[in-house]
Amino acid sequence: MGKTFAEKVLGKAAGYEVKANDVVTVEPHFCMSHDNAAPIAKTFKKIGVKNVWKPDALVFILDHAVPAPSDEHAVNHKEIREFVKEQGIPHFYDVMSNGGVCHQVMCEEGFALPGLIMVGSDSHTCTYGAYGAFSTGIGRSEMAAAWATGKIWFKVPESLKITVTGKFKKGVTAKDLILKIIGDIGADGADYMSVEFHGQGIADMTVAERMTLCNMGIEMGAKNAVCPPDEKVLDAIKGKAKSDKWEAIWADADAIYAKELAYNLGDLVPCVAKPHTVDNYAAIDAVKGTEIHQAFLGSCTNARIEDLRAAAEILKGRKVAVRTIVIPASWTVYRQAMKEGLFDTFLDAGCVIANPGCGPCMGNHEGILAPGETCISTANRNFKGRMGNKESFIYLASPLTVAASALTGKISDPREVL
Amino acid sequence: MKITGKVWKYGDDVNTDVIFPGKYTYTIKDRAEMAKVALEDLDPEFTKSAKAGDIIVAGKNWGCGSSREQAVSCLKERGIGAIIAKGFARIYYRNCLNEGLPIIVSPEAVDAIEAGDEVTVDFDAGQIVTKKGTFPFPPYPEFVRGLIEDGGLIPHVKKSLGLS
Repeated sequence: MGKTFAEKVLGKAAGYEVKANDVVTVEPHFCMSHDNAAPIAKTFKKIGVKNVWKPDALVFILDHAVPAPSDEHAVNHKEIREFVKEQGIPHFYDVMSNGGVCHQVMCEEGFALPGLIMVGSDSHTCTYGAYGAFSTGIGRSEMAAAWATGKIWFKVPESLKITVTGKFKKGVTAKDLILKIIGDIGADGADYMSVEFHGQGIADMTVAERMTLCNMGIEMGAKNAVCPPDEKVLDAIKGKAKSDKWEAIWADADAIYAKELAYNLGDLVPCVAKPHTVDNYAAIDAVKGTEIHQAFLGSCTNARIEDLRAAAEILKGRKVAVRTIVIPASWTVYRQAMKEGLFDTFLDAGCVIANPGCGPCMGNHEGILAPGETCISTANRNFKGRMGNKESFIYLASPLTVAASALTGKISDPREVL
Repeated sequence: MKITGKVWKYGDDVNTDVIFPGKYTYTIKDRAEMAKVALEDLDPEFTKSAKAGDIIVAGKNWGCGSSREQAVSCLKERGIGAIIAKGFARIYYRNCLNEGLPIIVSPEAVDAIEAGDEVTVDFDAGQIVTKKGTFPFPPYPEFVRGLIEDGGLIPHVKKSLGLS
């Protein structure tokens, strides 16, 4: 009988055949933490183990509030630097120009690799599924225990197969696909499941587009989300893999799925997730004209070079009508955008460009909303209070829709300005 | 183990941002301080007057969103005796077990319980006793019971490594 991706990858890591709902204990290949490495280090010390199990399996990337906007954040960063030194952790991305948003850096720097088991103390760790990794978010205590023991338990998840065919129409993107899927199945529609993306529609997508899909797997409750480790992925990791343990693993054609869905890209339209839940789907026509006060182009979901190019295409030679914050996902993206002249386009249009990092995505800094304000954002969550104030409203959309809306100060259809 | 407490009842898809707002993730480090802001974006009344031993009853997908463990710590520290829901988000579920905060999935009990009711959860018998009847729930697997009895994952790991 065929096996799903999750059954194969977890079976390989466990060293024996497994099936959905078995419980396995495995050794993760990489453990990623961001600014929360400091509290995790404190918990780790409580266990009483002196050294982490494998210093080079830990990756720390400061991104949630960088450079430190307050005393508390500065102390937090300092504690991480001290722990890195004490434990001899080689993979540390401090507030320097090789860093950025953790998930982007993990992919750019060659940590995200096919067939690896990767855990992160951030729910969007599922992003690395775009590279064919089994990657999932865990809490702080679990991460501390993983550092100490090199072990983590997983229930082998049941799998949801989503087959994607067809081609995007003009103005429609991977973000519109994932918002539509989450809208259809709900915020718990894939709870505890491994989501596998299949089909020619996925094969035609860039790795960056697949990162947008996998990034939002958690927004439908998934344990992990994954795309096939095809030639595009192998090209993307060529010469930069940070581990030699990787192996291109994919589901068997006759694997058993708990649920199957199919989407044709040609059926999709630009859309948003309305406040305050990610599954609150609305096609663009239903929300067109809604007044906004801020547009945010950033986050681990949609701030790659491809996203900035797409937004710049709309903003070129035009002016924004509301404050528009652009935050590239990493310094590599930042440098590339600068080289391509995209920053001139953004600045000429009236946008503000901030340094790579998570920025206002979870209400830390660089674009907090005031009571009564509405933001259209390329990020992955529109929860109440997410951008700092519980009386504000967040709409999620693609970089194209965010750029089109920035021009008018109202939620707008990108197809009308492309 | 048996817990009797007053019920705070909430709906579906209550996420970690409203249980413990993201803006506090690096500004509040002390667990007692975390407990003071629990649920402040959802229910100021809870934030003001929830007591140790109270029970949270919720709809589906409680705790969706961030991996932020403080969204469990703040309730554990507040003394919440148990959370009964129609369903839990995966990371939140694991975080609860790891913090030693008992959680129970029982859609039937959730439908029968109203805000302000007094409810008893009998973990040994596997029963939720409400005004409208008694609802059974399956006992925790041994592994999970061990975690909760040891007071959570960290004491459990300490013990398993012979460090406590």
